[in-house]
Amino acid sequence: MYDSDKPVLEVKGLKTHLTTKNGVSKAVDGIDFSLHKGETLGIVGESGCGKSMTSLSILRLIPSPPGKIVDGSILFKGKNIVEMSEDQLRKIRGNEISMIFQEPMTSLNPVIPVGEQIAEALRLHQKLGKKDAWQNSIEMLKLVGIPSPEKRAKQEPFQLSGGMRQRVMIAMALACRPEVLIADEPTTALDVTIQAQILELIKKLQAKIGMGVIMITHDLGVVAETCDKVAVMYAGNIVEHAPTEQLFSDPKHPYTKGLLNSLPRIYEDQDELATIEGNVPSPYHLPEGCRFASRCAHREAICDRKLPELIEQSDGVKVRCWMYTDQWALHEEKEEVL
Amino acid sequence: MQAQTRKVILQVDHLKQYFPVKTNSLFKPKNYVKAVDDVSFKLYEGETLSIVGESGCGKSTTGRAILRLDEPTSGKVHYSGKNILELNKRDMRKLRGDLQVIFQDPFASLNPRQTVKQILNEAMAIQEVVPKKERLERLLELLSYVGLPPESLSRYPHEFSGGQRQRIGIARALAVDPRLIICDEAVSALDVSIQAQILNLLKKLQRQFGLTFLFISHDLSVVRHISDRVMVMYLGKVVEIAEKKSLFDQSFHPYTQALLSSIPVPNPKLNRDRVILKGDIPSPIDPPKGCRFHTRCPFVMDRCKTEEPELREVKANHFVSCHLV
Ligand SMILES: Nc1ncnc2c1ncn2[C@@H]1O[C@H](COP(=O)(O)OP(=O)(O)OP(=O)(O)O)[C@@H](O)[C@H]1O
Ligand code: SF4
Ligand SMILES: [Mg+2]
Repeated sequence: MYDSDKPVLEVKGLKTHLTTKNGVSKAVDGIDFSLHKGETLGIVGESGCGKSMTSLSILRLIPSPPGKIVDGSILFKGKNIVEMSEDQLRKIRGNEISMIFQEPMTSLNPVIPVGEQIAEALRLHQKLGKKDAWQNSIEMLKLVGIPSPEKRAKQEPFQLSGGMRQRVMIAMALACRPEVLIADEPTTALDVTIQAQILELIKKLQAKIGMGVIMITHDLGVVAETCDKVAVMYAGNIVEHAPTEQLFSDPKHPYTKGLLNSLPRIYEDQDELATIEGNVPSPYHLPEGCRFASRCAHREAICDRKLPELIEQSDGVKVRCWMYTDQWALHEEKEEVL
Repeated sequence: MQAQTRKVILQVDHLKQYFPVKTNSLFKPKNYVKAVDDVSFKLYEGETLSIVGESGCGKSTTGRAILRLDEPTSGKVHYSGKNILELNKRDMRKLRGDLQVIFQDPFASLNPRQTVKQILNEAMAIQEVVPKKERLERLLELLSYVGLPPESLSRYPHEFSGGQRQRIGIARALAVDPRLIICDEAVSALDVSIQAQILNLLKKLQRQFGLTFLFISHDLSVVRHISDRVMVMYLGKVVEIAEKKSLFDQSFHPYTQALLSSIPVPNPKLNRDRVILKGDIPSPIDPPKGCRFHTRCPFVMDRCKTEEPELREVKANHFVSCHLV
């Protein structure tokens, strides 16, 4: 039997690489995290760092070719998704693990009334009869705050506003009461007042269903307001993993610090913003050592020699940076002797 | 700065931009999207005025109408004593040297087949500001202003990152010695660490050349950082306009309040009283009667549903259009 104290989802050493005519892109290059029921994990990082590839890998939805999971395991309630058959996967997708996207039309069929689409998922996964499925579908639409749900259920996606489509997608994702919800930039395309509504809605439904949520975003504000813990990604790696409060009050990795410093503050005047000079390395040509080294102010010779590992500190925060290892002190002493 | 002593560089009066909407019936009356519906404001020399609001509120349309990228339906735009909207093609082209624009997606606005050198040269040629012999010198100068290395000249846009491309866009705008730059979501597509670089650059250039910015953005944290004054729009109307400090210290319009409280703040310890609005943004084709915000306003009164509020000064230089205040 699956033990409920254990994480519902555990990702270990996940590597997803893409082989294209330009070479091999190490989009996801050794990712570890776990998620418990009722918990929200944030995955943040800049464009192209591998957030979406990570989340698509969990449901084995990476476009293939060019993508392939080349290493690692993804344990859902103890079973390894990487080794499952397509049949087994279909039973999990949209049922036990659901996903919502930035663009709702990626998961909605444009020519089928939205109520139908939700009912269909319920018939398939929950084995409900036609009438019950329809009734439940309308319940879900009501739950996500769609006005006059009976009427809206009969409309096709294009007859709804962007905010409403986003809600329909959430209703569909949650109809089968999943244990894990993966939300990839669920509110990025929406206006802030609508974003506030949707985030509140996800929180409320999470409390009701008790699911674990993976919230993928580039918006640190969204992370601060919705997540229990955060993984910061940079060039295919997690560089810092910490409880949300700690990440914001005591960031450790130079990249995390730089990221937080470069944010314009809404409650404070700043004359000049701190910046991180330079650019992210290409996933096709990653350096041998620390991937942040070319932009890092603390860079030492050791940083260029070898990629640091993600190491747990005494306060439980995990960091991938040579400064937080024993070698760093040794290294500094050696430099002094020389 | 005292409002009385500031010099007005651009004045917009009763600007309207109605776009016709196609109907599929001959007999249906023609519909219009009232994208900008009677908007007036002044722009002072050397300041940054931001326009904020949600998608479809008319921010970009206002910017485009000022530049006549789309011909506005009616209104006036005065710049150095002349109504821009009445200028002929030749005079308008001359004016383009003073008024420049930087867009959100620099890639879409840069010709992929031109090198940086060609792009910048073309901009200078149109305005005939620099004699041919001095152009190379000027090109290198422009690159140094925006922090690009000289060897960028022979490269093509696709060889640059998003942030670098935005620098090319800025260099192109600077090429003609403008006085006013309209920045339409100029940093919205950039990652935060790169966004910070570009915001710093814009501020530096403003000080260096005494530029005036009309900064259009949906991101209130960015707006707070860059602006002197802020104008909030909702469904084609100005709902509030004030000095930045005044607006962020105390906003009066319920929409501005909701907008400010909706921004996710990167500080998990902060406990805010959040105003969460109900409902969606209505269609600008058939905007609500009376106050356009009344369908989502938490304080709506009977009067709001029929009577349109006027923009009134509630504090020095702080204007609001709401029946509550
Ligand atoms: N179909 C593809 N072919 C080749 N490379 C791809 C493909 N899709 C994604 N990549 C690459 O994989 C890497 C990771 O991409 P991913 O979409 O996971 O980034 P992300 O963190 O989600 O970024 P964003 O914030 O822009 O959504 C990037 O370098 C990207 O260019
Ligand atoms: S490992 Fe070195 S280069 Fe990388 S972040 Fe740490 S100090 Fe900087
Ligand atoms: Mg993504």
